[in-house]
Amino acid sequence: MKTLFTNPVLVKELKLRFRNLKSFTGILFYLIAMSVFVFGFIFLATSLTGNGFFRPDESFMLFSMMTYIQLGLILFITPALTAGTISTEREKQTLNILLTTSQTSFQIIFGKMTSSIAFLLLMIVSGLPIYSLVFLYGGVSPSQLLYIFLFYMLTLLAIASIGVMFSTLIRKTIVAIIATYGAMIFLAGVTAFFLLISVQVSQMGMTSPATTMSPIAHFWATINPPAVLLTLLQPPMEEQLQTVTLVPIPLWIGYTIFYVLLTAGSLLLAVKKLRVNMNKYK
Amino acid sequence: MIETIGLTKKYGSFYALQDLNLVVEDSTVFGFVGANGAGKSTTFSILATLLQPTAGDTFINGMSVTKNPQEVRKQIGYVPDFFGVYDQLKTDEYLDFYGASYGIKPKERAELIPKLLELVNLENKRYEYVDLLSRGMKQRLCLARALIHDPKILILDEPASGLDPRARVEMRDILRELKAMGKTILISSHILPELAEMCDSIGVIDNGKLIAQGSVADIQAQLQSEKVLRVKIIGDMQAVVSFFEMDPFVSQLVELQGKNTLQFFYRGSEEDQLQLLQRAIQQKLPILSFSEEETDLEDVFMAITKGVEIG
Repeated sequence: MKTLFTNPVLVKELKLRFRNLKSFTGILFYLIAMSVFVFGFIFLATSLTGNGFFRPDESFMLFSMMTYIQLGLILFITPALTAGTISTEREKQTLNILLTTSQTSFQIIFGKMTSSIAFLLLMIVSGLPIYSLVFLYGGVSPSQLLYIFLFYMLTLLAIASIGVMFSTLIRKTIVAIIATYGAMIFLAGVTAFFLLISVQVSQMGMTSPATTMSPIAHFWATINPPAVLLTLLQPPMEEQLQTVTLVPIPLWIGYTIFYVLLTAGSLLLAVKKLRVNMNKYK
Repeated sequence: MIETIGLTKKYGSFYALQDLNLVVEDSTVFGFVGANGAGKSTTFSILATLLQPTAGDTFINGMSVTKNPQEVRKQIGYVPDFFGVYDQLKTDEYLDFYGASYGIKPKERAELIPKLLELVNLENKRYEYVDLLSRGMKQRLCLARALIHDPKILILDEPASGLDPRARVEMRDILRELKAMGKTILISSHILPELAEMCDSIGVIDNGKLIAQGSVADIQAQLQSEKVLRVKIIGDMQAVVSFFEMDPFVSQLVELQGKNTLQFFYRGSEEDQLQLLQRAIQQKLPILSFSEEETDLEDVFMAITKGVEIG
């Protein structure tokens, strides 16, 4: 832990990020938008339905919607925060100097990624008081909230790693950002489309319920964040999916394995490619 | 000590650096001179572990740059030709960040930073934002940054480029001070006189090849073995051109536009030069004057790197 907070790149990045007014206005607007959404929803549910009270099932619906909004936030903001970490240094001509210091490539990459994630985490944590309003009305268990936060962490880490990797491999920030958004759209959107296609294909000419296993459909569901989030929010959806794919493995297990590997692979590649391999020609 | 052995860098079929053999002794200042694109920055990038050579190797205090880059980084302080700074960092924070990057403890850094700022005459800019400093100040700050881990070797790529005359003088004074401190300094420039007075030895690089190496006086003598001669003509220019082109000691003959004058490099001795003139007179060539051009160190450098016309 001490090493984490003495990482020079991390300390410097945090200093630079929090000296920037944009960081605070970003959080302010995020909280305003979230408050308007939550209080608006509660207002509509209590006054317009004529009941005068907020039911636990409505509270759960609000929680689910907010959870998806947070996921959207992670998916859309993480690439923008991470895909420029190394390439911006390169463009500003500060990278060469940094690379001649005695910091290891891992320290540099780790410091860069952690500082970007720290900002996003601050954003999520700052929204917690608004988020926790749903507990006032019941319908959501604290353990469910914990699982969802762990899910957020893993998703955030994976996308941040992809962003840092592209930022290291690609010279121009704009191209690195596009590549990271491309990867994010593939993981969150294209896999959902492939899931639908593979479910359709596996069910062709069959009567319900399914009789043959469809691991491909299960795989696409496993790596799709919105699908996994759905099974965390609504566990019966998991059983429903299993009746279609006949694969008895919970989605979160595959998701964890896949995204941990993706994170490790991306970081490893970024660390390896940050500096030239001086001995390569030998 | 810095030693490069057969250092080569190739991009496709283009040689940015070809078989560079160089030795820089401890506590000396070595000037690396060459036109833009000659291979100076490529050499420095390899020395700074930023570029991988195609062949050969470099040793910094006996450590191979290709086999032991992490250790080499601790031994060198590198100032690139172009560099940026982090906006929104103050001068002392900038140095503190790099001090931490070299693993220097916070207490030591706090003692070191004022001393370094004093060395580069920036003590009154300690709490100013780095991006608000002038180019000359940034250059000096970058030099202080390169010194933060007290390296034995300094690699300075065009440290005076883009500076106004006053900033150049200030930079030169600091380098003199560093030389007095016993640092081994490898410094590049495309302007030879800029380096001549402060260097113990210099190397001239052209098209990726080291074409001369030695003390400033040696290099000057070596390069000045080629004289520049000027011949003013009245009448048939072509006959005179043909005559001089035939001489084996004449090279790079050019006609100075609108001046009825020929100019060329001459490698022969004074006796050869006398005979050349006598032959020209015997052949009754329309020569009005025959003179040796005054050349300074800069002209000689330009001559050997075949850059531009002299005069």
